[in-house]
Amino acid sequence: MESLSNKKKQLKVKPLNFWERAYLPAIVSGLAITMKHFFKKPVTIAYPDVKREFSENYRGLHSLKRDENGAERCTACGLCALSCPAEAITMQAAERQKGEENLYREEKYAAVYEINMLRCIFCGLCEEACPKEAIYLDGDIVQSDYLRKDFIYGKDKLVEAPLNQ
Amino acid sequence: MELADIAIKFGLIIIIFLISLVVAMYSTYAERKIAAFFQDRIGPNRAGPFGILQPLADGAKMFMKEEIIPTNATPFLFIVGPSLAILTACIGSAVIPWGQDLVIGGKVIPLQVTDINVGILYIFGVVSLGVYGVMIGGWASNNKYSLLGAIRAASQNISYEISMGLSIIALLLVTGTLSLGEIAQQQHGWHWNVIYQPVGFILFLVCAFAETNRTPFDLPECETELVGGYHTEYSSMKLGFYLFAEYINMFISSAVMATLYWGGYNYPGMDWVTAHVGPVIGPLIGTAVFFVKIFGFIFFFMWVRWTIPRFRYDQLMDLGWKILIPLAIANIVVTGIVITLFN
Repeated sequence: MESLSNKKKQLKVKPLNFWERAYLPAIVSGLAITMKHFFKKPVTIAYPDVKREFSENYRGLHSLKRDENGAERCTACGLCALSCPAEAITMQAAERQKGEENLYREEKYAAVYEINMLRCIFCGLCEEACPKEAIYLDGDIVQSDYLRKDFIYGKDKLVEAPLNQ
Repeated sequence: MELADIAIKFGLIIIIFLISLVVAMYSTYAERKIAAFFQDRIGPNRAGPFGILQPLADGAKMFMKEEIIPTNATPFLFIVGPSLAILTACIGSAVIPWGQDLVIGGKVIPLQVTDINVGILYIFGVVSLGVYGVMIGGWASNNKYSLLGAIRAASQNISYEISMGLSIIALLLVTGTLSLGEIAQQQHGWHWNVIYQPVGFILFLVCAFAETNRTPFDLPECETELVGGYHTEYSSMKLGFYLFAEYINMFISSAVMATLYWGGYNYPGMDWVTAHVGPVIGPLIGTAVFFVKIFGFIFFFMWVRWTIPRFRYDQLMDLGWKILIPLAIANIVVTGIVITLFN
């Protein structure tokens, strides 16, 4: 039958000649190829000791940012939790008391802020949804652990280190 | 035989035994490292510097593992299998000449446990016993995959032993003796048998790969078809013995190949070296050269493993019966004609 696309190519299987049937030349050329690899530089990156360089827009562990005065930017609006397709984020809001102005930027803040790292798919939608520029996925690879509960990261692990301390 | 001679022989046996065990142990490490290098990887590097303690860690792991004897297995034969495998692997080294005779204080110390005049036949006997370990283990497991692997091992070894024997006959026409010690002596300097018997050497090499169940002839433990082959049901150090036996076999067959075809402990210019460094250091240098050859062959075994894929079973049989045996017979005929014409 004629080919519709005209792209059909008739392949011919040539019978092997004597040297091809004799195995040995092919084996020798194969050995030469593997020997070339023997002296190549290994491509392995010994991970915990050496780290591959991340790209500019790599999305790793989340961090909750502080503003220029060291106050937490997050106002617990819940947009990140709403935008999260994996429903990994939960939070509880609380009202800022007097004298806490240096701790929290807005009148409302997240008293509890938890991300379940087993649910998170690192899509970055929380980062895009945040109106306060409070959350960024600019961290490292999430560490492995033994228990499921240890993958629920609270504010102790998420919030950036305070300034000048 | 004096008491001193017996003590020397005993010491030699222990040294050779230890050397073959240590070489086998570090062959596992070398295999993993070399495999890694061929695949552009690093290989084991956690246990000690460069992972040098990896074999010890592996051994400790093997001993710690739970020892399982399946309910429907034959317990006695199940234990005999790996024991036989490692026993036959170890006794092959008895007839290999490890070096020239040492002369210490007027006393001649031969570096060969026993130079029996049928050394090659002894090696053949031991090699063909080796398959019993695999066969018994596969049978005793009461598992169809193990049995299939064992049957494959048996039929493969029988097929390739024929062409191995035939390739040796051509060598015997050249050397005129069955004693490995004499064969090694005849190859003094650069008169290595591989120059006179290149086809015979290639045949022997291919058969050695098949006899040691190394890739491309590792069908007895073909993972894709037989789970683990004859040692599917084995665990703990009994599995370790099977794997260990394979590496000792590799060491011994490398030593046999080096002795038969690559001059054993001989190297060009050995007389000059021996004359200059004395009758003790000279033979020891020869022994070192012998070990370099052995390690070269072991490296070649591993090199081939990461180059050539496994044969299909019918291809294996085709190669053994239709190519290697006719080639070996042709080699005998040609060798015989040449010897008759030129002697």
